[in-house]
Amino acid sequence: MKDITRAAIAILVVSAVLLYTVNVLEKSSATADGGTISVYNWGEYIDPELIDQFEEETNISVVYETFDSNESMMTKIEQGGTTYDVAMPSEYAIEKMKDNDLLQPIDHELIPNLQNIDPYFLDLPFDPGNEYSVPYFWGTVGIAFNPTLLEGQTFESWDDLWDPTLEQEVILVDSAREVIGMGLNSLGYSLNSTNLDELREATDKLKTMGPNVKAIIGDEIVEMMRREEAAVAVTWSGQAADMMWINENIDYSVPEEGSNLWFDNMIIPSTADNVEGAHAFINFMLDPEVAAQNADYVGYSTPNEQAIALMDPEVTGDERFYPPEELRERLEVYENLGLEMLGTYNELFLEFKMDMEN
Amino acid sequence: MKDNPSRPLYLVPYYLWIALFVIAPIALIFYFSFLDLAGAFTLENYQNFFSSVYLRMTLSSFWYAFLITLITILIAYPTAYWLTKTKHKQLWLLLIIIPSWINLLLKAYAFIGIFGLYGPANKLLQTFGAGPWQILFTDFSFIFVSVYIFIPFMVLPIFNSLDKINPALIDASRDLGASSFTTFRRVIFPLAINGVKSGVQAVFIPALSLFVITRLIAGNKVITLGTAIEQQFLVTQNWGMGSTIAVFLILFMIIIMMLTGQKEKGGAYNGKTK
Repeated sequence: MKDITRAAIAILVVSAVLLYTVNVLEKSSATADGGTISVYNWGEYIDPELIDQFEEETNISVVYETFDSNESMMTKIEQGGTTYDVAMPSEYAIEKMKDNDLLQPIDHELIPNLQNIDPYFLDLPFDPGNEYSVPYFWGTVGIAFNPTLLEGQTFESWDDLWDPTLEQEVILVDSAREVIGMGLNSLGYSLNSTNLDELREATDKLKTMGPNVKAIIGDEIVEMMRREEAAVAVTWSGQAADMMWINENIDYSVPEEGSNLWFDNMIIPSTADNVEGAHAFINFMLDPEVAAQNADYVGYSTPNEQAIALMDPEVTGDERFYPPEELRERLEVYENLGLEMLGTYNELFLEFKMDMEN
Repeated sequence: MKDNPSRPLYLVPYYLWIALFVIAPIALIFYFSFLDLAGAFTLENYQNFFSSVYLRMTLSSFWYAFLITLITILIAYPTAYWLTKTKHKQLWLLLIIIPSWINLLLKAYAFIGIFGLYGPANKLLQTFGAGPWQILFTDFSFIFVSVYIFIPFMVLPIFNSLDKINPALIDASRDLGASSFTTFRRVIFPLAINGVKSGVQAVFIPALSLFVITRLIAGNKVITLGTAIEQQFLVTQNWGMGSTIAVFLILFMIIIMMLTGQKEKGGAYNGKTK
């Protein structure tokens, strides 16, 4: 009994010391007169130096967390628990969050840097007048491939992925809308299709790709392509840019049947604590120099006109990553299809994955 | 021990814990499994579960869990037996347990490197003139890594029950003329069967719902019930369907617990008086 009491006291003392240390450490990192903001972003989606710079300039300390899908981000914001002040969802998620009253209006007066954004990316159908969102990055879904590992195959069309010479070579991104959307596009249907026959046809067609599929994974794709473990990957443009940064052999193409054009945006959740700090952060990220540095680091395409002027013209002139407007016309933006349809897409995707078992 | 009137008080934290963190979550899962997307009562989720996709998923989860458990036993049993014979039992045991302290994700990422086309596994194969083979993202790599992860959980209970066997029983069996094989079959195996059963529980049940390894090592070409639950909750936000799959998983677990349940008969059953 004596031993137990002693052990219990020891544990309590150690915990108290640890708690105190954590508090001291947190205070010293937050020279807080500007308070704290929590930023909730995709993984590998900001230059960490910019967070330090923001903290220095504004005296607001930043708590930074990441998510790996729009859906998990929305679930977490909806459940509360942690309050976030800024998040970066994609366009269809913004529509959904708007419907669920998860967003609060953005005060344009506090974001003077909004004028730096290319008007093409403002006032889009998912958020007229940018009442709730400010553009962060944009890009496409396409095919990254490594010609040195291939025998001259090209990827102008989605159908090229079904080429029998590509056995066990193709990696797909683990996301229902991207993969089912690719099946729909390859048949000439819209990737926002809600027609069950079209969806069934797309899934059946995808299943015939089975022998070529090497894996269906997430962010690991970048590592796999960099190390030449795989020759072909269906992925987002920015991930492709990441791969090309390390491995110069890799190329990227957006198939001609069409594909997805997406926009990630900064929003302020309705549950935010530090609304003023959130505005300051958004405005900071739109500063031309900040946005240019961020785009260089992240590799996705920036909607910031003034930033593009500061960047290497070789990067911003690359039509694979900055497709001109007439090319963008071929692409489609995801619409919010509603929970039930999203469920259907996911069931079909699951069915497709089940079929991969060998 | 005499009945102490304040004893029930000590049990309060335990009962509270059980009520809050075991009974309440299971009740919630059960409740959610009857809700559709709009939150209205429905039996549709259960109907969905009996569609071909989920039935096939259940079957394949069971098949992989069975394979993983079987191979784990085949490796762990001789290991545990050998352990009881060694001099430095505690040291060897520690060496087997230590890997289980390392985070699962770290181990999975390490295997991505090891099994890669340019990884050490293929380098080794190439020195023998074979390969390079596609090892990662196959059934083989999935089962290999799972077995590797579960081995400590199988070795420990088997070791414990083998170690408890009174050596006098084995000597007696020999003296009475039984061969080594007969001694094993008639004496050691029956006495250690409870360890195997505990091991099966510790391996088979988690193996049914592995989902990190299915993605990182099997490239999502192996789908278990765990994958489906994760997806229903995080992507589809269909908590009803996710809960329904979880209800079935709980049912399967109860069935397995009953099948491998231990019937305690008599205190001195395994030969050592207490």
